[in-house]
Amino acid sequence: MKVTNSMRTIVDSRSVNEGFARVTVSTFASQLDPTVEELSDIKTAVSEAVTNCIVHAYREKSGKIYISTDILDDSIVRIKIRDRGCGIDDIQQAMEPLYSSLGGERAGLGFAVMESFMDKIKVRSTPGKGTTVTLQKKINGKYNHD
Amino acid sequence: MKTEFDNKNKFLFVYLSGEIDHHSAIDIRMEIDKKISQLKPKKLILDYSDITFMDSSGIGLIMGRHRLMQSIAGETEVTNVPPKMYKVVKLSGIEKIGKVSVKQR
Ligand SMILES: Nc1ncnc2c1ncn2[C@@H]1O[C@H](COP(=O)(O)OP(=O)(O)OP(=O)(O)O)[C@@H](O)[C@H]1O
Ligand SMILES: [Mg+2]
Repeated sequence: MKVTNSMRTIVDSRSVNEGFARVTVSTFASQLDPTVEELSDIKTAVSEAVTNCIVHAYREKSGKIYISTDILDDSIVRIKIRDRGCGIDDIQQAMEPLYSSLGGERAGLGFAVMESFMDKIKVRSTPGKGTTVTLQKKINGKYNHD
Repeated sequence: MKTEFDNKNKFLFVYLSGEIDHHSAIDIRMEIDKKISQLKPKKLILDYSDITFMDSSGIGLIMGRHRLMQSIAGETEVTNVPPKMYKVVKLSGIEKIGKVSVKQR
């Protein structure tokens, strides 16, 4: 599939950037004329992935979060969220709904939200090196009534 | 983002507004927990009417308050969840697992 437009953003792993990241990505995706619900799905999924970089990947440390958004042929938006944090030992376990290594205020729902709100999710991780989450969604949009 | 409280006969109503994410939840949680420990309500009612965005942190916020309310033998209810936000609530299954009752707007 061909990339027709792209955008890159790098933010520090500070919680104040969670809002900035989801708004930036969803604003860029707006060129596909998504419905209000599609836009809200993208915002929510990006918020989950970026929060995970801050809460888990870098924990007490700070680092950079690399966000890239591509618009592909056929009204598809693909978002990559990458960190150079601690990595995930067991990806399968991490993606199980309600699993959280932290507990407390964390519900263990981030990956479940990303999975159900987007069409595709891919997680690549190397312990000690970092994690890349790739999210993809086809935008049917406001003007497409099929 | 402003959280408002109303306390009537040991029923603590909390009116949340704006966006709930990991960033905003930290302050909201502290405010609510302070009120709970001051007032020791029998029931906590979290009103989500004016919430415009929430991710899983909005669920963590409910679960955490539910646990705190249980520790003082109180109940928790979440009310007026807007349709957009209800999607996350439904996915979480909190209506089934806990004793949290959720009402849609
Ligand atoms: N970028 C990351 N780096 C390291 N570990 C991660 C990363 N993302 C997720 N994890 C691990 O995967 C687990 C599950 O993530 P998920 O987002 O589903 O739940 P959570 O973040 O623990 O809770 P919630 O998202 O509901 O607040 C986390 O508890 C953490 O151990
Ligand atoms: Mg998470």
